[in-house]
Amino acid sequence: MTKWVLRLLGAGYVTFLVGIPVGAVIWRALSPGIASAFDQISTSASLHALGLTLESAAIAVAFNTVFGVGVALILARHRFPGASIVELLVDLPLSLSPIVIGLALTLFYSSREGWIGGWLNARGISVIFAFPGIVLAGAFVSLPYVVREVLPVLQEIGTDSERAAETLGAGPFTVFFRITLPAIRWGLAYGVLLTTARILGEYGAMSVVSGNVVGETQTFTQFVSADFTNYDSAGAYAGALVLGMLSVLILAALSLTRRRGEKQQ
Amino acid sequence: MSIEVESLEKRFGSAHAVQGVSFEVPAGSLMALLGPSGGGKSTVLRMIAGLEIPDAGTVRIDGGDVTKLPARARGIGFCFQHYAPFRHMTAWDNVAFGLKIRHRPKAEIAARVDELLELVRLTGFASRYPSQLSGGQRQRMALARALAVEPRVLLLDEPFGALDAQVRKELRTWLRELHEKVAVTTVLVTHDQEEAMEVADRIAVIREGRLEQVGTPAECYNHPASEFVLTFLGPATRIGGTWVRPHDLALTREARPGSRPGKLVRIVRLGFETRVELLLDDGADTWVQLAGRAFDDLHLDIGDRAHVSADRARDFSAVPTASHALASEGPNGAAEASR
Repeated sequence: MTKWVLRLLGAGYVTFLVGIPVGAVIWRALSPGIASAFDQISTSASLHALGLTLESAAIAVAFNTVFGVGVALILARHRFPGASIVELLVDLPLSLSPIVIGLALTLFYSSREGWIGGWLNARGISVIFAFPGIVLAGAFVSLPYVVREVLPVLQEIGTDSERAAETLGAGPFTVFFRITLPAIRWGLAYGVLLTTARILGEYGAMSVVSGNVVGETQTFTQFVSADFTNYDSAGAYAGALVLGMLSVLILAALSLTRRRGEKQQ
Repeated sequence: MSIEVESLEKRFGSAHAVQGVSFEVPAGSLMALLGPSGGGKSTVLRMIAGLEIPDAGTVRIDGGDVTKLPARARGIGFCFQHYAPFRHMTAWDNVAFGLKIRHRPKAEIAARVDELLELVRLTGFASRYPSQLSGGQRQRMALARALAVEPRVLLLDEPFGALDAQVRKELRTWLRELHEKVAVTTVLVTHDQEEAMEVADRIAVIREGRLEQVGTPAECYNHPASEFVLTFLGPATRIGGTWVRPHDLALTREARPGSRPGKLVRIVRLGFETRVELLLDDGADTWVQLAGRAFDDLHLDIGDRAHVSADRARDFSAVPTASHALASEGPNGAAEASR
C-alpha cells in the first residue's frame, strides 16, 4: 500500500513539475499547425540565431572536450600541489550563477574596461558583444561536465593497461589513442553530450556577453526570450519546440551511451 | 638473453625501497624474486622493465646497459598481477596489439596470434572480451600478449597472486612447461615460497629492500644464508638453541641417545601431514612434522610424553642469526659457509 502511495507521489511530482508544463509548450507550439510553427522559426533572425548557437556550441564543445580530457588526465595521473584548487575551479561553474559568469567575462575581456580586453581590441579582436564572447561563455558554463565524467573512469581503470601497452612498444601517442581513449570513450561521450546540452540551453551568461543584436549576436535562447517579451508567443513557442527537440535528441543519445557504457563493463 | 642488475637503489619519499641489490639471471633461466609483501621485489622488477627509474645502479639486458632506455625500447614482456587487459579489445586483439603497432604484415600477425593462443590454450576464446574470461584465462592471455613481440626477457609481477589456490597450482606447473618450450629468460616476483621453489631455477630472496640470498631452491632451503631465509623458505623450529626443519625431527615414545623429552600440547592433522606441538622439559616449545600415517603408528595423544631427536636434522648452527647477512660471496659462497 505505502509502496503505491510512494510511487504515485514520485510520478505525480515529476509529472506536474516537468511533464505537463513541457507538454503544454509542445502543444501550444503545434496548435497553429506544423506548417505555421515551421514558418515561425524559418525567419532569417531565427535561423541566424540558431546557426550562431550551434556554431559557437560546436567550438566550445570541441575546446572543452580536448581540455577536459587533458585536465582529467592531469588530475588522475599526477599528484601536485594545487591539484585540489584546480578541481575546485573546474567545479565552480556548476554552482556559480551564469549571470556572474557573464559579468566575470565582461570584466576581463570587455574592450572598454576589461583587464585584457583593451589590449585585444587594439589588435582588432573584440570578445564581448561578439562571437568569441559567446564561445567563451558556453565553454565556461559547461567546463565541468567532460572532466567530471572522465575523471572517475580514469581513476577506475588505473594505469596498468597503459604501462602494459608501453612495455609492448607503444609510445605516448599510441598509448593515448589506442588504450586510454577507447577506455574512457563512453564516459567522454556522456560528458560531451551533457556539455552540448548545457551550452545550447544557456541564457544567463549569454545575455550579458552576446550583445543580443538581432541577426548578428543574438543566440537562440535570446531569440526565444525576445519573441516572448515582444508578445510574439507563437514564435517563442515554436523556438522553444526546437530547443525541446534538441534536448530530446541529446537525452536519447545519453541513454544510449549509458547503456553501451554499462555493457562494456 | 641474460639480465644483470648492479647496485640498484630506489627511494619513494622517505622509504628506502631498494638498497644495493645486485644479481644476475643467466640466459634462458627462470629466476624468482621471493620475499614478503612490500619488501621491494616488485620495484626491482619494474626497474628491470623500465617502469621505474632507479636512483642509482645499472640494469643490463644481454650485456647492454638499458638503465636509461624507456620501457618500450627494452624488448621486454611484462605481466601484471591484475593482468592489465585491454578491456575494449578481444583476446585476439589483445595478443595482436604489440604486432599491430609494429605494423607487421596482416598474415604474419594472424599466424603468430593463432599460434600464441594455442600455446596458452585459449584457441576457442579468441573473440571473447577480457570481462568474459576467468582470472586464469586473462593471465594466460596477458602472457600470450607479452610473448607476441618476442621479448628478450619476460617479467612476471605476482602473476598468480590474484587467483585461487587451485588455479595457482595448475598455472604454476603450466608456466614451468611453457618455460621449457619457449626458453625465454624469465623473472618472476612472488611472495609464495612454494611457488618460487617449484617454478624457478634460482631464487633471489629480497627483504626490506635488500638481497638476502641468491641460489637454487635447494641451496637456499638447505643452506640458508640468514635466519630470515631459513624461516621464510620453509617450516623451522628451534631445538636445543639451534634451528632445525620440523620434518627432520624424529618423534619416539622411548628415549634415544641425544633425544629430548617433552609433552604433546597440540596435534594438527592436515591429511598428508600431521603437526605435533610439544612443550619440552627444558621449557622450550617445538614442533614436529610427520608425514602420512607415521604419527598414527605412534599411538600418542595430547598430554602424552614423547621424545624428540634431531640426529638426522640439517645443521643450521652456522647460519648467522643477524637477519641482514648478505650473500655477498654469491650463492655458493653462502652455501659453503654453512657446511
